[in-house]
Amino acid sequence: MSVLVNKGSKVIVQGFTGNEGTYHASQMIEYGTNVVGGVTPGKGGQTHLERPVFNTIEEAVEKTGANVSIIFVPPAFAADAIMEAAAAGIGVIVCITEGIPTKDMIQVKSYLSDKNSRLIGPNCPGIITADEAKIGIMPGFIFKKGSVGVVSKSGTLTYEAVYQTVKAGLGITTAIGIGGDPIIGTTTKEAVELLMNDPETEGIIVIGEIGGGMEAEAARWIKENGTKPVVGFIAGQTAPPGRRMGHAGAIVGGAEDTAAAKMKIMRECGIRVVESPAEIGKAMAEELGVSA
Amino acid sequence: MNIHEYQGKQILKSFGVRVQEGIVAETPEQAVEAAKKLKEDYNSDWVVVKAQIHAGGRGKGGGVKLAKNLDEVKQRATDIIGMQLVTPQTGPEGKKVNKVLIAQDVYYPGESETKEFYMSVLLDRARGRNIIMYSTEGGMDIEQVAEKTPHLIFKEEIDPKVGLRPFQARKVAFNLGLDGAAFKDMTKFVAALYKAYESTDSSLFEINPVLKTSDDKILAVDAKVNLDENGLFRHPDYAAMRDVTEEDPTEVEAGESNLNYVKLDGNVGCMVNGAGLAMATMDIIKLAGGEPANFLDVGGTANAQTVKAGFNIILKDPNVKAILINIFGGIVRCDRVAQGVIDAYKEIGNIPVPIIVRLQGTNAEEAKRLIDESGLEVYSAILLKEAADLVTKVLS
Repeated sequence: MSVLVNKGSKVIVQGFTGNEGTYHASQMIEYGTNVVGGVTPGKGGQTHLERPVFNTIEEAVEKTGANVSIIFVPPAFAADAIMEAAAAGIGVIVCITEGIPTKDMIQVKSYLSDKNSRLIGPNCPGIITADEAKIGIMPGFIFKKGSVGVVSKSGTLTYEAVYQTVKAGLGITTAIGIGGDPIIGTTTKEAVELLMNDPETEGIIVIGEIGGGMEAEAARWIKENGTKPVVGFIAGQTAPPGRRMGHAGAIVGGAEDTAAAKMKIMRECGIRVVESPAEIGKAMAEELGVSA
Repeated sequence: MNIHEYQGKQILKSFGVRVQEGIVAETPEQAVEAAKKLKEDYNSDWVVVKAQIHAGGRGKGGGVKLAKNLDEVKQRATDIIGMQLVTPQTGPEGKKVNKVLIAQDVYYPGESETKEFYMSVLLDRARGRNIIMYSTEGGMDIEQVAEKTPHLIFKEEIDPKVGLRPFQARKVAFNLGLDGAAFKDMTKFVAALYKAYESTDSSLFEINPVLKTSDDKILAVDAKVNLDENGLFRHPDYAAMRDVTEEDPTEVEAGESNLNYVKLDGNVGCMVNGAGLAMATMDIIKLAGGEPANFLDVGGTANAQTVKAGFNIILKDPNVKAILINIFGGIVRCDRVAQGVIDAYKEIGNIPVPIIVRLQGTNAEEAKRLIDESGLEVYSAILLKEAADLVTKVLS
């Protein structure tokens, strides 16, 4: 068990033959991910990384039975790529692209509302199920298999948390990078819910940051439905209001979306919130009764 | 991206939104000419001299003044151009005014009372849809309205599948208590405003106040327009509206080197790969007894060149007493970053503050060895906790 992706996932790469697509697809293959092909409009019929290239997702799905896609296309075309994947019935769409206009994402969200596709991202590192499938750009070698699920808005901070968790004697089931944009496909709450329902996952790490209300929403859900220990960290305790901190969505707009406000709500909902990012792994180990 | 009021009004006007007309001026002489032209074109006897800076609350700081004749126009413009305008949004040091907008007087007397409203268009993040937020309480700080009289703030959500519908525009006008010609004009105003918002890839419109004039016209007296930076590639003409004199010069320079930098007030500089880890690093500096001097994300390619550019940016800040470099190497190899730090250090020469380098991930041990054997005044760490302790140590 695991969530969203596993050994059986058949993955198609959108933007397969570009620089990013090529590099990360080969890393994914090396990790053992079942990459069944890719899509680059106009290059259909060619072979790339020993796998077939298709002109459209529809054709790729028809020929390979792909059920997961990962998107490495430039921001101007990424929204279209997401919708193409959804139209072709892809179940899990992972969009790595950073810098998609918000206007396009409003359209995407609306388009997906009556489709059976789950979007992860955009502007995210992807998803990894340890030792099974890496559909993303994370360094695979740090993800030792184990019992902790991770939900995070950030890339390198996820790697940091995972490294600490493994160092503390634990391992990872699935890590979901949900992305740092104002509009994303899968919310913190939805990702937490998936992990809460996964029998292999025994504890969950939630890494949030300033901006938006997703962490508070997740915390309230956990209070009502949580059955496993949750450790939380919110980045940006020292970020000034009104300034965008790298991620398009990382901006304090009001009293409710500061790090302090989110941490308070999470604590009130029974989440073990750490103030220092250096304590994430240790806290999870303590919650699960494991000593490093 | 922020733009000035006069630029925002230009954009709104191009979509058929009625605005308070005005002409931008950089000298008192230009201001007088502008006032003459407004008299000619709009029969405006009085004009308003409005400081053009990227901050709200300009009136409170003395940046918006009425002028009843040309002598007063010259006097007001002389006072405001070049002043260091302090408003609740600028911070105590204020912002230098380089331009003023000479605007027509729209509060002229007439058959009915003038009325001020509030209107904004923005993204509701939780819903993933745009909303029009509006209130009968115009001309005031909307945060205060929200706190004291939340029932006077209305929201209208726009379904992206069909866009703003006419019944929604009518609802806005009804809720604002309008009738007759003003009602009709408000529905047009709302429709044009939303069209402008969507067409321009904007991330915020705030029109405060929206005015009903004494002859029942609806117009935008002020215009705060923020554009979505990710959408600018579709609008080169708006991208050209960027005014770098409104931004921190170091932030502008960092942007030119593809570094994402935000200046802060603290004493420990930091250089990190990834936005989330960068914020977390700022937080750990604070917990270690320092205050972060900046946010700096060097992105996915931390090499000697980016590290050197990062050093140069951070060292421009005289408050910096130490620098913490925190790189989690995934795709980036730590030994390469370490070599980058060493090369950059040697190239810059004498760096006057201690440097702590924490490299973790791919080839971290090798990286630590390179740093330790370089003979430079650089402390190395592998665990984040060790890096924090080193910050505490070098500050004490």
